[in-house]
Amino acid sequence: MRLMSDPRLLRALKTLSGIRHVYVVLSSKGGVGKSTISTLLALYASSRGIRSGLLDLDFVNPSTHIILGLRAEDIKYDEEKGIIPHRVGLLSYFTIVAYTRDLPLALRGENARSALRELLSIVNWGELELLLIDTPPGISDEHLELIYALRSVVKPLVVTTPSRLAWHSILKLIEILHSAGYRELYLVENMGNGELRYLTEKLGVIYLGYLPYTRQIENSIGSLDMLLQLDVKTHIEEMLVRLL
Amino acid sequence: MSLVHEWALAESIVLYIKQQGYASIKKLRVSIGVLQSIDKEILEYALRELAHEYGVKIGEVELVDEYLLLKCSICGFEWSINPGEISEDVREAVHFIPEAIYAYYRCPRCGSLDYNIVKGRGVSEITVETHERSSPT
Repeated sequence: MRLMSDPRLLRALKTLSGIRHVYVVLSSKGGVGKSTISTLLALYASSRGIRSGLLDLDFVNPSTHIILGLRAEDIKYDEEKGIIPHRVGLLSYFTIVAYTRDLPLALRGENARSALRELLSIVNWGELELLLIDTPPGISDEHLELIYALRSVVKPLVVTTPSRLAWHSILKLIEILHSAGYRELYLVENMGNGELRYLTEKLGVIYLGYLPYTRQIENSIGSLDMLLQLDVKTHIEEMLVRLL
Repeated sequence: MSLVHEWALAESIVLYIKQQGYASIKKLRVSIGVLQSIDKEILEYALRELAHEYGVKIGEVELVDEYLLLKCSICGFEWSINPGEISEDVREAVHFIPEAIYAYYRCPRCGSLDYNIVKGRGVSEITVETHERSSPT
Protein backbone atom coordinates (compact mmCIF):
# COMPACT_ATOMS: atom_id res chain seq x y z
CA MET A 1 0.00 0.00 0.00
CA ARG A 2 1.21 3.49 -0.79
CA LEU A 3 1.61 6.09 1.90
CA MET A 4 -1.12 8.72 2.02
CA SER A 5 1.45 11.43 2.56
CA ASP A 6 5.19 11.68 3.06
CA PRO A 7 6.07 11.17 6.76
CA ARG A 8 9.14 13.38 6.32
CA LEU A 9 6.96 16.45 5.91
CA LEU A 10 5.67 16.05 9.44
CA ARG A 11 9.14 16.23 10.95
CA ALA A 12 10.04 19.10 8.61
CA LEU A 13 7.04 21.04 9.90
CA LYS A 14 7.91 20.21 13.49
CA THR A 15 11.51 21.36 13.06
CA LEU A 16 10.66 24.58 11.24
CA SER A 17 7.86 25.47 13.63
CA GLY A 18 10.47 25.87 16.36
CA ILE A 19 11.99 28.81 14.47
CA ARG A 20 10.53 32.27 15.05
CA HIS A 21 10.81 33.58 11.49
CA VAL A 22 11.32 31.34 8.44
CA TYR A 23 11.59 33.20 5.15
CA VAL A 24 11.65 31.44 1.81
CA VAL A 25 13.60 33.61 -0.59
CA LEU A 26 12.01 33.33 -4.01
CA SER A 27 12.25 34.77 -7.47
CA SER A 28 10.65 33.52 -10.61
CA LYS A 29 13.43 35.25 -12.56
CA GLY A 30 17.05 34.12 -12.42
CA GLY A 31 20.03 36.36 -11.77
CA VAL A 32 18.27 38.86 -9.54
CA GLY A 33 20.46 38.19 -6.50
CA LYS A 34 18.44 35.81 -4.31
CA SER A 35 21.51 34.07 -2.95
CA THR A 36 23.29 37.34 -2.29
CA ILE A 37 20.30 38.83 -0.48
CA SER A 38 19.69 35.61 1.52
CA THR A 39 23.31 35.37 2.56
CA LEU A 40 23.72 39.03 3.45
CA LEU A 41 20.56 39.11 5.55
CA ALA A 42 21.52 35.92 7.41
CA LEU A 43 25.12 37.04 7.86
CA TYR A 44 24.27 40.53 9.12
CA ALA A 45 21.63 39.13 11.49
CA SER A 46 24.09 36.65 13.00
CA SER A 47 26.78 39.34 13.26
CA ARG A 48 24.37 41.27 15.49
CA GLY A 49 23.93 38.34 17.82
CA ILE A 50 20.62 37.13 16.37
CA ARG A 51 20.46 33.32 16.20
CA SER A 52 20.21 32.90 12.45
CA GLY A 53 20.32 30.18 9.86
CA LEU A 54 20.89 29.97 6.13
CA LEU A 55 19.68 26.98 4.13
CA ASP A 56 20.73 26.70 0.50
CA LEU A 57 18.04 24.75 -1.35
CA ASP A 58 19.49 25.36 -4.78
CA PHE A 59 20.69 21.81 -5.38
CA VAL A 60 21.71 22.32 -9.00
CA ASN A 61 23.54 25.64 -8.67
CA PRO A 62 24.33 26.20 -5.01
CA SER A 63 26.29 29.39 -4.50
CA THR A 64 25.88 30.61 -0.92
CA HIS A 65 29.01 28.71 0.13
CA ILE A 66 30.99 30.71 -2.43
CA ILE A 67 29.63 33.98 -1.04
CA LEU A 68 30.60 32.82 2.46
CA GLY A 69 34.08 31.81 1.26
CA LEU A 70 33.66 28.09 1.99
CA ARG A 71 34.88 25.13 -0.03
CA ALA A 72 32.86 21.92 -0.01
CA GLU A 73 35.49 20.22 2.12
CA ASP A 74 35.36 23.03 4.71
CA ILE A 75 31.72 22.34 5.50
CA LYS A 76 31.28 19.90 8.38
CA TYR A 77 28.08 18.82 10.03
CA ASP A 78 27.72 17.39 13.49
CA GLU A 79 25.31 14.55 13.92
CA GLU A 80 22.85 14.30 16.75
CA LYS A 81 19.40 12.87 16.13
CA GLY A 82 19.77 14.25 12.62
CA ILE A 83 22.23 16.80 11.27
CA ILE A 84 23.48 19.86 13.12
CA PRO A 85 24.30 22.61 10.60
CA HIS A 86 27.78 23.96 9.96
CA ARG A 87 28.65 27.09 11.89
CA VAL A 88 30.03 30.27 10.35
CA GLY A 89 30.53 32.36 13.46
CA LEU A 90 27.04 32.50 14.95
CA LEU A 91 25.39 31.57 11.67
CA SER A 92 23.98 28.04 11.26
CA TYR A 93 24.46 26.96 7.67
CA PHE A 94 23.45 24.02 5.50
CA THR A 95 24.14 23.31 1.85
CA ILE A 96 24.11 20.07 -0.12
CA VAL A 97 27.60 20.70 -1.51
CA ALA A 98 29.11 19.02 1.56
CA TYR A 99 27.58 15.79 0.25
CA THR A 100 28.06 16.30 -3.46
CA ARG A 101 31.60 17.73 -3.17
CA ASP A 102 30.28 20.51 -5.38
CA LEU A 103 30.08 18.10 -8.32
CA PRO A 104 27.40 18.76 -10.94
CA LEU A 105 24.02 17.54 -9.74
CA ALA A 106 21.21 17.31 -12.27
CA LEU A 107 17.90 16.54 -10.60
CA ARG A 108 14.48 16.08 -12.11
CA GLY A 109 11.72 17.89 -10.25
CA GLU A 110 10.55 14.90 -8.26
CA ASN A 111 14.08 14.14 -7.13
CA ALA A 112 14.61 17.75 -6.09
CA ARG A 113 11.35 17.58 -4.15
CA SER A 114 12.44 14.38 -2.43
CA ALA A 115 15.86 15.82 -1.57
CA LEU A 116 14.14 18.87 -0.14
CA ARG A 117 11.88 16.74 2.06
CA GLU A 118 14.79 14.63 3.24
CA LEU A 119 16.88 17.64 4.08
CA LEU A 120 14.14 19.57 5.84
CA SER A 121 13.32 16.51 7.93
CA ILE A 122 16.85 15.67 9.05
CA VAL A 123 18.48 19.05 9.71
CA ASN A 124 18.03 20.13 13.31
CA TRP A 125 18.20 23.92 13.41
CA GLY A 126 17.61 24.29 17.12
CA GLU A 127 16.07 27.45 18.46
CA LEU A 128 16.71 30.05 15.80
CA GLU A 129 15.13 33.45 15.57
CA LEU A 130 15.61 33.70 11.83
CA LEU A 131 16.05 31.18 9.02
CA LEU A 132 16.50 32.22 5.42
CA ILE A 133 15.90 29.55 2.79
CA ASP A 134 17.55 30.32 -0.51
CA THR A 135 15.81 28.66 -3.45
CA PRO A 136 16.64 28.16 -7.13
CA PRO A 137 15.10 30.53 -9.66
CA GLY A 138 11.73 29.76 -11.15
CA ILE A 139 8.53 28.21 -9.89
CA SER A 140 8.96 24.44 -9.91
CA ASP A 141 8.49 21.43 -7.66
CA GLU A 142 10.62 22.66 -4.77
CA HIS A 143 8.89 26.03 -4.73
CA LEU A 144 5.43 24.49 -4.88
CA GLU A 145 6.40 22.21 -2.01
CA LEU A 146 7.54 25.13 0.11
CA ILE A 147 4.65 27.36 -0.87
CA TYR A 148 1.91 24.82 -0.25
CA ALA A 149 3.10 22.01 2.04
CA LEU A 150 4.96 24.29 4.44
CA ARG A 151 2.80 27.39 4.29
CA SER A 152 1.91 27.19 7.96
CA VAL A 153 5.53 27.84 8.95
CA VAL A 154 7.14 29.91 6.16
CA LYS A 155 6.81 33.45 4.84
CA PRO A 156 7.74 34.33 1.26
CA LEU A 157 10.40 36.93 0.60
CA VAL A 158 10.50 37.84 -3.08
CA VAL A 159 13.64 39.28 -4.65
CA THR A 160 13.62 41.21 -7.90
CA THR A 161 15.49 43.87 -9.80
CA PRO A 162 13.76 46.89 -11.32
CA SER A 163 14.14 45.31 -14.77
CA ARG A 164 10.81 45.24 -16.61
CA LEU A 165 11.41 41.62 -17.53
CA ALA A 166 12.01 40.62 -13.92
CA TRP A 167 9.03 42.63 -12.68
CA HIS A 168 6.73 41.07 -15.26
CA SER A 169 7.77 37.64 -14.00
CA ILE A 170 7.50 38.64 -10.34
CA LEU A 171 3.89 39.76 -10.80
CA LYS A 172 2.98 36.18 -11.67
CA LEU A 173 4.84 34.83 -8.64
CA ILE A 174 3.04 37.28 -6.36
CA GLU A 175 -0.28 36.23 -7.84
CA ILE A 176 0.55 32.56 -7.14
CA LEU A 177 1.53 33.39 -3.57
CA HIS A 178 -1.65 35.39 -2.99
CA SER A 179 -3.76 32.57 -4.43
CA ALA A 180 -1.96 30.13 -2.12
CA GLY A 181 -3.33 32.13 0.78
CA TYR A 182 -0.31 34.19 1.79
CA ARG A 183 -1.33 37.57 3.14
CA GLU A 184 2.11 38.49 4.44
CA LEU A 185 4.54 38.82 1.53
CA TYR A 186 7.85 40.66 1.50
CA LEU A 187 9.83 42.07 -1.39
CA VAL A 188 13.43 43.21 -1.76
CA GLU A 189 14.45 45.37 -4.69
CA ASN A 190 18.00 44.41 -5.59
CA MET A 191 20.30 46.54 -7.75
CA GLY A 192 17.70 49.29 -7.62
CA ASN A 193 16.99 52.72 -6.24
CA GLY A 194 13.64 52.38 -4.54
CA GLU A 195 11.54 52.80 -7.66
CA LEU A 196 9.57 49.60 -6.93
CA ARG A 197 8.30 50.73 -3.54
CA TYR A 198 5.07 52.25 -4.86
CA LEU A 199 4.30 49.36 -7.21
CA THR A 200 5.03 46.80 -4.50
CA GLU A 201 2.87 48.43 -1.87
CA LYS A 202 0.07 48.84 -4.38
CA LEU A 203 0.02 45.03 -4.64
CA GLY A 204 -0.37 44.67 -0.89
CA VAL A 205 3.19 43.39 -0.54
CA ILE A 206 5.53 44.60 2.21
CA TYR A 207 8.43 46.48 0.66
CA LEU A 208 11.52 45.60 2.70
CA GLY A 209 13.84 48.01 0.95
CA TYR A 210 16.34 48.19 -1.84
CA LEU A 211 20.00 47.45 -2.28
CA PRO A 212 21.74 49.74 -4.78
CA TYR A 213 23.99 48.21 -7.39
CA THR A 214 27.62 48.26 -6.29
CA ARG A 215 30.69 46.41 -7.53
CA GLN A 216 31.75 46.22 -3.91
CA ILE A 217 29.42 43.26 -3.29
CA GLU A 218 30.91 41.24 -6.14
CA ASN A 219 34.40 42.16 -4.96
CA SER A 220 33.56 41.05 -1.42
CA ILE A 221 32.36 37.57 -2.32
CA GLY A 222 34.29 35.00 -0.30
CA SER A 223 35.36 37.43 2.43
CA LEU A 224 33.16 37.69 5.52
CA ASP A 225 35.06 40.74 6.76
CA MET A 226 34.47 42.62 3.52
CA LEU A 227 30.84 41.50 3.30
CA LEU A 228 30.20 42.87 6.77
CA GLN A 229 31.73 46.23 5.86
CA LEU A 230 29.76 47.04 2.74
CA ASP A 231 28.96 50.68 2.04
CA VAL A 232 25.33 49.60 1.61
CA LYS A 233 25.13 47.88 4.97
CA THR A 234 22.56 50.34 6.34
CA HIS A 235 20.18 49.13 3.62
CA ILE A 236 20.63 45.55 4.80
CA GLU A 237 20.21 46.47 8.44
CA GLU A 238 17.00 48.36 7.72
CA MET A 239 15.61 45.30 5.95
CA LEU A 240 16.46 43.16 8.98
CA VAL A 241 14.60 45.50 11.29
CA ARG A 242 11.45 44.98 9.20
CA LEU A 243 11.98 41.23 9.01
CA LEU A 244 12.36 40.55 12.74
CA MET B 1 30.02 5.92 9.61
CA SER B 2 27.79 7.68 12.08
CA LEU B 3 24.22 6.55 11.67
CA VAL B 4 22.11 9.20 13.34
CA HIS B 5 19.81 9.70 10.41
CA GLU B 6 17.74 6.85 11.84
CA TRP B 7 16.49 9.06 14.65
CA ALA B 8 15.06 11.65 12.26
CA LEU B 9 13.54 8.90 10.12
CA ALA B 10 11.98 7.24 13.17
CA GLU B 11 10.48 10.52 14.33
CA SER B 12 8.89 11.06 10.91
CA ILE B 13 7.35 7.57 11.09
CA VAL B 14 6.05 8.01 14.63
CA LEU B 15 4.58 11.44 13.82
CA TYR B 16 2.88 9.88 10.81
CA ILE B 17 1.41 7.00 12.85
CA LYS B 18 0.14 9.46 15.43
CA GLN B 19 -1.32 11.70 12.75
CA GLN B 20 -3.21 8.68 11.38
CA GLY B 21 -4.81 8.30 14.79
CA TYR B 22 -3.08 5.18 16.13
CA ALA B 23 -2.31 5.07 19.86
CA SER B 24 -1.72 1.34 20.31
CA ILE B 25 -0.23 -0.92 17.66
CA LYS B 26 0.11 -4.70 17.68
CA LYS B 27 2.54 -4.78 14.79
CA LEU B 28 4.31 -2.08 12.78
CA ARG B 29 5.80 -3.01 9.42
CA VAL B 30 7.98 -0.51 7.55
CA SER B 31 9.54 -1.02 4.12
CA ILE B 32 12.80 0.88 3.73
CA GLY B 33 14.91 1.29 0.65
CA VAL B 34 18.43 -0.08 0.95
CA LEU B 35 20.00 2.94 -0.79
CA GLN B 36 20.39 4.87 2.45
CA SER B 37 22.03 2.00 4.37
CA ILE B 38 19.67 2.46 7.29
CA ASP B 39 20.77 0.56 10.40
CA LYS B 40 17.63 -1.35 11.28
CA GLU B 41 18.71 -2.02 14.85
CA ILE B 42 19.17 1.68 15.53
CA LEU B 43 15.96 2.50 13.69
CA GLU B 44 13.95 0.06 15.79
CA TYR B 45 15.51 1.43 18.97
CA ALA B 46 14.66 5.00 17.89
CA LEU B 47 11.12 3.98 16.91
CA ARG B 48 10.48 2.50 20.33
CA GLU B 49 12.01 5.44 22.19
CA LEU B 50 10.08 8.00 20.18
CA ALA B 51 6.83 6.04 20.28
CA HIS B 52 7.09 6.11 24.06
CA GLU B 53 7.84 9.84 23.97
CA TYR B 54 4.80 10.52 21.77
CA GLY B 55 2.50 8.22 23.72
CA VAL B 56 2.13 5.50 21.08
CA LYS B 57 2.32 1.86 22.19
CA ILE B 58 4.11 -0.39 19.70
CA GLY B 59 4.29 -4.19 19.93
CA GLU B 60 6.17 -6.04 17.22
CA VAL B 61 8.31 -4.06 14.75
CA GLU B 62 9.19 -5.50 11.36
CA LEU B 63 11.62 -3.56 9.14
CA VAL B 64 11.79 -4.82 5.59
CA ASP B 65 14.47 -4.00 3.00
CA GLU B 66 13.33 -2.69 -0.36
CA TYR B 67 15.62 -3.62 -3.23
CA LEU B 68 17.25 -0.73 -5.14
CA LEU B 69 16.16 -0.33 -8.74
CA LEU B 70 17.38 2.45 -11.03
CA LYS B 71 16.06 3.12 -14.52
CA CYS B 72 17.57 5.34 -17.17
CA SER B 73 15.12 7.93 -18.55
CA ILE B 74 17.04 8.06 -21.83
CA CYS B 75 17.82 4.46 -22.85
CA GLY B 76 15.51 2.59 -20.47
CA PHE B 77 18.28 0.48 -18.94
CA GLU B 78 17.50 -0.88 -15.48
CA TRP B 79 20.16 -1.65 -12.92
CA SER B 80 20.93 -1.76 -9.25
CA ILE B 81 23.83 -0.84 -6.98
CA ASN B 82 24.86 -2.77 -3.92
CA PRO B 83 25.18 -0.09 -1.20
CA GLY B 84 27.85 -2.23 0.42
CA GLU B 85 30.06 -1.67 -2.61
CA ILE B 86 29.76 2.12 -2.55
CA SER B 87 32.79 3.94 -1.13
CA GLU B 88 32.29 5.02 2.46
CA ASP B 89 32.23 8.78 1.87
CA VAL B 90 29.69 8.46 -0.95
CA ARG B 91 27.65 6.01 1.13
CA GLU B 92 27.54 8.52 3.97
CA ALA B 93 26.43 11.29 1.60
CA VAL B 94 23.69 9.08 0.18
CA HIS B 95 22.74 7.97 3.69
CA PHE B 96 21.74 11.54 4.51
CA ILE B 97 20.56 12.77 1.11
CA PRO B 98 19.79 9.85 -1.26
CA GLU B 99 19.67 12.19 -4.25
CA ALA B 100 23.39 12.85 -3.77
CA ILE B 101 23.75 9.63 -5.77
CA TYR B 102 23.19 11.71 -8.92
CA ALA B 103 26.52 13.45 -8.32
CA TYR B 104 28.41 10.13 -8.40
CA TYR B 105 26.60 7.65 -10.67
CA ARG B 106 25.55 7.63 -14.31
CA CYS B 107 23.61 5.15 -16.39
CA PRO B 108 26.11 2.31 -16.98
CA ARG B 109 24.81 1.80 -20.51
CA CYS B 110 24.49 5.29 -22.05
CA GLY B 111 26.24 7.50 -19.49
CA SER B 112 23.18 9.65 -18.84
CA LEU B 113 22.67 11.50 -15.56
CA ASP B 114 18.94 11.37 -16.23
CA TYR B 115 17.72 8.26 -14.44
CA ASN B 116 15.11 7.47 -11.82
CA ILE B 117 15.32 5.76 -8.48
CA VAL B 118 12.35 3.47 -9.14
CA LYS B 119 12.59 1.59 -5.85
CA GLY B 120 14.82 1.47 -2.84
CA ARG B 121 14.78 5.04 -1.55
CA GLY B 122 13.34 5.99 1.82
CA VAL B 123 10.20 4.66 3.43
CA SER B 124 7.86 3.24 0.81
CA GLU B 125 5.27 1.55 3.00
CA ILE B 126 4.04 1.65 6.56
CA THR B 127 1.57 -1.02 7.64
CA VAL B 128 -0.08 -0.91 11.02
CA GLU B 129 -1.78 -3.89 12.62
CA THR B 130 -3.91 -3.09 15.63
CA HIS B 131 -5.45 -5.50 18.09
CA GLU B 132 -8.82 -5.08 16.37
CA ARG B 133 -7.91 -4.74 12.74
CA SER B 134 -5.14 -4.65 10.20
CA SER B 135 -4.82 -1.33 8.46
CA PRO B 136 -2.29 -0.32 5.85
CA THR B 137 -1.72 3.43 6.05
